[in-house]
Amino acid sequence: MAAEEAAVRAQAEAVRRLKQDKADPDEIAKEVVKLLEMKAQLGGDEGKHKFVLKTPKGTRDYSPKQMAIRERVFNAIITCFKRHGAEVIDTPVFELKETLTGKYGEDSKLIYDLKDQGGELLSLRYDLTVPFARYLAMNKITNIKRYHIAKVYRRDNPAMTRGRYREFYQCDFDIAGQFDPMIPDAECLKIVHEILSDLQLGDFLIKVNDRRILDGMFAVCGVPDSKFRTICSSVDKLDKMPWEEVRSEMVGEKGLSPEAADHIGEYVQLHGGLDLIEQLLQDPKLSQNKLAKEGLGDMKLLFEYLTLFGITGKISFDLSLARGLDYYTGVIFEAVLLQPENDHVEEPVSVGSVAGGGRYDGLVGMFDPKGRKVPCVGVSIGIERIFSILEQRVEASEEKIRTTETQVLVASAQKKLLEERLKLISELWNAGIKAEVLYKKNPKLLNQLQYCEDTGIPLVAIVGEQELKDGVVKLRVVATREEVNVRRESLVEEIRMRTSRP
Amino acid sequence: MLRLGPLAAAGRLLPAGPRLGLPCPSGGWVSLSRSRPPGPVGDRGLLARQVRAAAGSAGGGRSPALKTPKGTRDHPPAHVALRDRLLAAVVTCFKRHGAAAIDTPVLELRETLTGKYGEDTKLIYELQDQGGELLALRYDLTVPFARYLAMNKITNMKRYHVAKVYRRDNPATTRGRYREFYQCDFDIAGQFDPMIPDAECLKIVHEILSDLQLGDFIIKVNDRRILNGVFAVCGIPESKFITTCSTVDKLDKMPWEEVRSEMVGEKGLSPEAADHIGEYVQLHGGLDLIEQLLQDPKLSQNKLAKEGLGDMKLLFEYLTLFGITGKISFDLSLARGLDYYTGVIFEAVLLQPENDHVEEPVSVGSVAGGGRYDGLVGMFDPKGRKVPCVGVSIGIERIFSILEQRLKLRSEDEVR
Repeated sequence: MAAEEAAVRAQAEAVRRLKQDKADPDEIAKEVVKLLEMKAQLGGDEGKHKFVLKTPKGTRDYSPKQMAIRERVFNAIITCFKRHGAEVIDTPVFELKETLTGKYGEDSKLIYDLKDQGGELLSLRYDLTVPFARYLAMNKITNIKRYHIAKVYRRDNPAMTRGRYREFYQCDFDIAGQFDPMIPDAECLKIVHEILSDLQLGDFLIKVNDRRILDGMFAVCGVPDSKFRTICSSVDKLDKMPWEEVRSEMVGEKGLSPEAADHIGEYVQLHGGLDLIEQLLQDPKLSQNKLAKEGLGDMKLLFEYLTLFGITGKISFDLSLARGLDYYTGVIFEAVLLQPENDHVEEPVSVGSVAGGGRYDGLVGMFDPKGRKVPCVGVSIGIERIFSILEQRVEASEEKIRTTETQVLVASAQKKLLEERLKLISELWNAGIKAEVLYKKNPKLLNQLQYCEDTGIPLVAIVGEQELKDGVVKLRVVATREEVNVRRESLVEEIRMRTSRP
Repeated sequence: MLRLGPLAAAGRLLPAGPRLGLPCPSGGWVSLSRSRPPGPVGDRGLLARQVRAAAGSAGGGRSPALKTPKGTRDHPPAHVALRDRLLAAVVTCFKRHGAAAIDTPVLELRETLTGKYGEDTKLIYELQDQGGELLALRYDLTVPFARYLAMNKITNMKRYHVAKVYRRDNPATTRGRYREFYQCDFDIAGQFDPMIPDAECLKIVHEILSDLQLGDFIIKVNDRRILNGVFAVCGIPESKFITTCSTVDKLDKMPWEEVRSEMVGEKGLSPEAADHIGEYVQLHGGLDLIEQLLQDPKLSQNKLAKEGLGDMKLLFEYLTLFGITGKISFDLSLARGLDYYTGVIFEAVLLQPENDHVEEPVSVGSVAGGGRYDGLVGMFDPKGRKVPCVGVSIGIERIFSILEQRLKLRSEDEVR
């Protein structure tokens, strides 16, 4: 017993220290829960559980206002997906653990596993691409153009990466099927361009590269095959770290020779357009490498299509783009916002990417029992960053966003008219009118009007003894305070007319 | 862990990279699912191609089982289109009544869900302890709502929430029951004059089921206080209230005789008490029944029953003003599973056969249900501050499968 008591005291001390040091509140909460559990186990009335009121780390609720903004964003994105002829599918939030195993490389440790409760071993989906590949293989589909908007789950450490959630929405658009090269790939890029333009998020850039070019480049720089993937992930950090740091990671941690590292450095700091592609096609070393030649050839074709789409102004062929996921086999791309999120920051805030994707020709084959390949290319729009930008914008503009669509409040100024209000509102609902009533038998008119102001309800339908006798309802316009008596039979039409104007 | 031949096993180890499993020098194979240490990184591409070629020729079943988890399903485009139409119709109704939407995470802290679902707690999906907080998947949208209210110190709100919930039901035993399914919830939180919000919830159920043109339906209404009052005057010990409740709840699926013998045989009620309960729970009707019970010599002595009956009368008066009493039945056998209801409870069932080919109406269970739960938010509030709530949950999946069936049968008809 003494040992346990000592343990509790130690834990209490730890909590005190954390609070004193103003540690991460999530961490404090966790240690507090631990302390209380230890106390509870000791028994006695120390066990009174203080409940921790929060959502899990890295997740959040959406308030009505946030939902309204979210709705806008989704509508814009879905409009674009549909404009390009995509059908929508949905898949379960969890998959068999084995479905997700081996698809995400180093990121596999970020997958949420479900507890073994005696049935199948399950994991929460990490993205929407692997479920899509599974869906294709399962249903023996060889070509489809689909979109899928849903939440995915990653046990990231949100503390380290600002604004990174563990539960977040992805909006995916993918084209599966064997087609003539680069046309669907180009369409994906057009879609990213359309969405980011439609949402008016400011200036953006779409970086493009190709796995084959990367692999070919590593080969000619003398990187051993076995180090391809790990060097790739170092190169990927060039958007966050300067070349010097990336170079020392390659040499210091990944065991690359300094010559090879320098050689890589000559290439990965390059970015440009068709001219760069032409230049590299002439590069003596690269042009000897089959893979690089293939990649560069397709990149040239891609740029020709993008020119026809008129979007090359925002596209950059960037040899430092590496992208984490293992399953990419061809073109890869990533869209980043360039403008500062707001004017108060001196330098553009690094927001990271808002969209990314690429070609992944081998993934469906990993699911198909006969290994039948279905080539795929797709893009994933990262909604969270877009949300927070728009949320901030709404905040700054003081735009009043309504969270309901109510057209009229049914009210009364006199007492004992609840029955009449209920009768009237029932008529309005039955006619499809969006109406509310206060849940009070005898509410004050002022409170009812205030409710309208607070929630943006434009009209009030006031019942009164005299009006009832006369067969009319007093309709009041909240904004102008004008009041007009409307015949009961015409009330629905009158409300419709007055609320249909934009 | 399946023991396959070495090459096939290697094929399976393969996509995970050497990190997830290496051939041991001893000749065995490191189990795939257990190992997660950072092993030597590297040669995924080359080794992959070589081993895959070998595995292919060895004919090993190397690809994972191609299925969705038990109790879940994909939704192909046609499904999603129909489902979205349904959801849109439901949301239209919610918006017509002035509700605002919210959303909550699919994950909740385990302790948030603990102690809220009674016997059903074993059906909760838990997440593995991976070194962080202990988590679980939400079981409904009501508990998250109560948490949201307490967390944001909200004292009144009218909200709707359309989202998926997760229950480790046994789909084999309950036809058409999925483990992942949509719920459409509408709830009114706040201290108001009695029964007005409760009546609006019933109006909403009526509107939705009518709008969706699912055929004839009935909404059964009862009250926890009336039930408890009935049990009290029938001599049931308080300790047996909840278990008696769950037996009474089975009256929609079993005849009274069977329910009675479960009460006496399994739940240990005296035959007299059981018979006494039988006199009440087989009753259903409207305002007249309420008046009758208000006059009942025994019930009128019970404070709780009187309260419940008084509110039931008020409710029916409002429902009359709403013009919907034709489809409402005050039914004393309605008990409803969840522990957190404190007042009125209701459940909507479809009456018409799903299709003309079946001789007897198929039992689909309820398509909507809800009630008043005044104590739930207080369980979350650190000071125990109460926020009374009433709400309804539309069982969209049931409705969906009914419509699916109808479409299927209609097209089969056309073929004929």
